[in-house]
Amino acid sequence: MTQDNLHLFEVFIRSKRGLDHKHVGSLHAEDPAQALEYARDVYTRRSEGVSIWVVNSSDIHASQEDDSESFYDPMDDKPYRHATHYVLPDAVNNM
Amino acid sequence: MTRIAIENPVEMYAVRLGDDALVLGHRLSEWSSNAPFLEEDLALSNVALDYIGRARMFYTYAGQLRNDGTTEDDYAYLRDCRDYYNLLIHELPRGDFAFSMARQYLVDVFNLAYLAELQQSRDESLAAIAGKAVKESTYHLRRSNDWIMRLGQGTRESLRRLQDAVVELWGFTPELFAMDALEIDLLAQGIAVDRAALRDSWDRQVRATLEAAGVTMPEPDWQVDGGRQGVHTEHLGHLLGELQFVQRAYPGLEW
Repeated sequence: MTQDNLHLFEVFIRSKRGLDHKHVGSLHAEDPAQALEYARDVYTRRSEGVSIWVVNSSDIHASQEDDSESFYDPMDDKPYRHATHYVLPDAVNNM
Repeated sequence: MTRIAIENPVEMYAVRLGDDALVLGHRLSEWSSNAPFLEEDLALSNVALDYIGRARMFYTYAGQLRNDGTTEDDYAYLRDCRDYYNLLIHELPRGDFAFSMARQYLVDVFNLAYLAELQQSRDESLAAIAGKAVKESTYHLRRSNDWIMRLGQGTRESLRRLQDAVVELWGFTPELFAMDALEIDLLAQGIAVDRAALRDSWDRQVRATLEAAGVTMPEPDWQVDGGRQGVHTEHLGHLLGELQFVQRAYPGLEW
């Protein structure tokens, strides 16, 4: 058997109740049901999780490395967007 | 080498169940690094480990009943073929992937029903082991049931391989339901499970799944047994040769 018929899935695991699902890796499977089973076998062997999400990798739209100048650099010179930029009046000093 | 002579019927029962688990676990472990793709490799290794863990629990309990220091390792490594009592279906070579999945499916359906009954055993240790194992078998069956469908409805080749596997395995299935004097006696005491009583529902479930997958059920025109008497196929000796080599060559070696 080859991997020709298999799709790539991204796996997200919630480690405890109340926490977010975190991306842990990817795997190959024929369909979402099988992907869930493999995620259980590949990523939760040491009790890592209480909940699993699998997502078709092709459904993820990612930002591109080439865009980083226009995406992120303009934020570097705008310190006033951080709360720590402002001096607090004495009255709220304990915030 | 001194033989581990087993006289206590409950010890024998635990060893039988341990042998079934160890031998099948070993066969499954042969897929490690050999499965069709990485994810399935890990999944099969997990199932193998479940079975080996199950064997350890049964052997450890058997050793406690002897109360002479016999350990799980003694049962696993220091008995020869004729002193192994696993049912023959477990020792057949892994064959191709379809064969291993077909065997796993037939055994999983059986084990799930068997363990559910064993949970009711009056022997609390056996009932506790069954309680752990039944959860594993629930997952194993989910996987193997899935694969029967995928193989049956996959390509002509996958269906042909599945069909061949079922034909080859079918004559080994009646032994799953054979009661002998020892188990009939333990059943009367509320300790052992009545295998024979599980046959009809197993048969219905297995036929329904295999037929839905496109398999033509074979005629029950032959059957083999002997595992519970220590009479095995030619394959078990080779399996034990690999399983036991290190302890045989270097007795007492630890790492």
